[in-house]
Amino acid sequence: MLEIKGLRANIGENEILKGVDLTVKKGEIHAVMGPNGSGKSTLAQVIAGHPAYTVTGGSITYEGNDLLDLEPEERAQSGIFLAFQYPVEIPGVTNAYFLRSAYNAIRKARGEDEVDPLEFLDVMEEKMKLVDMDPAMLNRSVNAGFSGGEKKRNEIVQLAVLNPRLAILDETDSGLDIDALRIVADGVNKLRSPEKSAIVVTHYQRLLNYIVPDYVHVLAGGRIVRSGGKELALELEEKGYDWIQDAPVTAAAAGAGSRA
Amino acid sequence: MTEPETAVHHYIEALESVAGGEPATIRELRRAAMDRFAVLGFPSMKNEDWHYTSVAPISTRAFSRTMSSSTVAPTDIEPLLFGSPDWPRLVFVDGWFVPGLSNAPDLVGVHAGNTADALAGGRTDRLSELGTIATFDDAAFTALNTALMQDGAVIRISRNAEIATPIHLVFLTAQPVPLSVSFPRNLIVLEHGARATVIESHVGLRDDSYLSVPVTEISLGEGAKLEHIKVQNESVSAFHVGTIQARQARDSELHSFSYAAGAELSRTNVHTLLDGEGSSCTLNGMYMVSGLQHVDHQTRIEHAQPNTTSREIYKGILDGQSHGVFNGKVYVRPEAQKTDGKQSNNNLLLSANARVDTKPQLEIFADDVRCTHGATIGRLDEVALFYMKSRGLDPEQARTLLIYAFAADVLEEIGVEQVRDSLEAAVFARVRGEELVTSD
Repeated sequence: MLEIKGLRANIGENEILKGVDLTVKKGEIHAVMGPNGSGKSTLAQVIAGHPAYTVTGGSITYEGNDLLDLEPEERAQSGIFLAFQYPVEIPGVTNAYFLRSAYNAIRKARGEDEVDPLEFLDVMEEKMKLVDMDPAMLNRSVNAGFSGGEKKRNEIVQLAVLNPRLAILDETDSGLDIDALRIVADGVNKLRSPEKSAIVVTHYQRLLNYIVPDYVHVLAGGRIVRSGGKELALELEEKGYDWIQDAPVTAAAAGAGSRA
Repeated sequence: MTEPETAVHHYIEALESVAGGEPATIRELRRAAMDRFAVLGFPSMKNEDWHYTSVAPISTRAFSRTMSSSTVAPTDIEPLLFGSPDWPRLVFVDGWFVPGLSNAPDLVGVHAGNTADALAGGRTDRLSELGTIATFDDAAFTALNTALMQDGAVIRISRNAEIATPIHLVFLTAQPVPLSVSFPRNLIVLEHGARATVIESHVGLRDDSYLSVPVTEISLGEGAKLEHIKVQNESVSAFHVGTIQARQARDSELHSFSYAAGAELSRTNVHTLLDGEGSSCTLNGMYMVSGLQHVDHQTRIEHAQPNTTSREIYKGILDGQSHGVFNGKVYVRPEAQKTDGKQSNNNLLLSANARVDTKPQLEIFADDVRCTHGATIGRLDEVALFYMKSRGLDPEQARTLLIYAFAADVLEEIGVEQVRDSLEAAVFARVRGEELVTSD
């Protein structure tokens, strides 16, 4: 489904990704872990097409096509969804309107008919139940004035409504208390299917107790330095990140081996 | 082209052409106003109130006062109307009242006439507030309007009358010759406890250089409540310098919205005097310009009595090489304790060459007040655009939605749904790059 080869990416003059290789097959969940500054979020955002990053080398192939050739909206329309680490507030645009616009934009790109507001209301209300969100939130502006937990849940509602084939969760667990974490993880688990894949980017092993991955990768200094099964996450939880950074890494990344 | 001094002289001469037969009080008012204008001249950019706006395009041209209205078809009026065609409306073409295009209100408690008839008929009883609210000591354009005022609407709402249907005043310039000027003069008086909605539209039919200098005086009696909406959609080659000036008695409420999207150069003054305890005003507005347009708003809220409240939000959307100016003055007099004032001005620049000068100005002489103000100038949030695109919205859709969202909260405050819808549509149209200003 997704094949990343030798991916290098810069923000400004700074090289963040220094040759990332990662292959995700249909139905798989991959966790990408790593210390602060290792490039985890950069990887997530480069896949989604964030304009702040320049890809300087390597390739990303998605369902046989060159993903880097696509605009962010085309990536979304072809089934990629990034749950943001910091969801953006859009005062003045209601959740309902935003979601319907997105849903219809994706349907339109697939050559399907757009849905009318009433029809769509049922879809949304059902999806909001997944993460235990009050339907009243539909009439509030996108993320405006939401708490950290509400914003993260709202990302999962969007994920559920837009129903992507490849979901990327960028530190969806950060800032969530254990109850909120469980709700969000349950929401994600209900969306699992053999047809869909996910990349779960996280600093902590905690989330992986709830969203159990098929593979765990450790990103450090802009490269994947170790890959393994779900037990690798537990090892990281126990030992921290320092021991694993055997590959040559930058001082900044190496100094950030904090413990969960 | 002429020098400003020549232009001033040109207007002094124009006073001679004003028809005789008016009551002596009005003749004296005109004369005093012209004398004042002769002293003030056109404001220069050294004048604090005109620091960011040069009136040279106006002061170096000799505009001729229109003597009559040109012919306009009812079909030219239709696109300018909001809501139902049955709404009462007074239509002025080239500054003069046209009964045939108007729909005189037949409502109990409403007098809706025109200034010229009241002046010619010597009905000074209907004009008793005229010139007492919009003073011209330091306002050259108000002085000029007062000296050369032609026609306009006189709306009087009787004590406790609640008028639900909006009254629409349409000012259309259709003069086939360029460089015409009109001086509409409106008077809106709401007696004790009266309620009404008045919409003013200022529109050009042709893409000509013309000048419009309207003045609207508003008097709100005790507990009266007025929703006043001004829609300025003049031709893009036109000049517009308008003043709305209100005086508010105890517990009265003024809800004002000023929309400016037309004219090459426009200036709108919205001034109110909170002259009674418990009176309040909301002065909102939006300007949306592009190309080489220049749009200037000056608001002045004077808290003169205790427990008065003001709320103000102005939003600007500027594209091309346009220039926006906002100056919001709030004065709190020593006796105006417990004043509660909030003001904000937010600007969205859509191009690198657009420019905004914003100047909130608070002068507070009482000690127990709560006043806040703030101004922002920003561009479209790239992160928000990416967020929307990452959900599948195409860039155009994302941009439109963000710009709309910027304007939405102030548009939502417009009390007349049909006007609100129309202005929302105008924002969408402008964002899509469609021509907004009505011409031909």
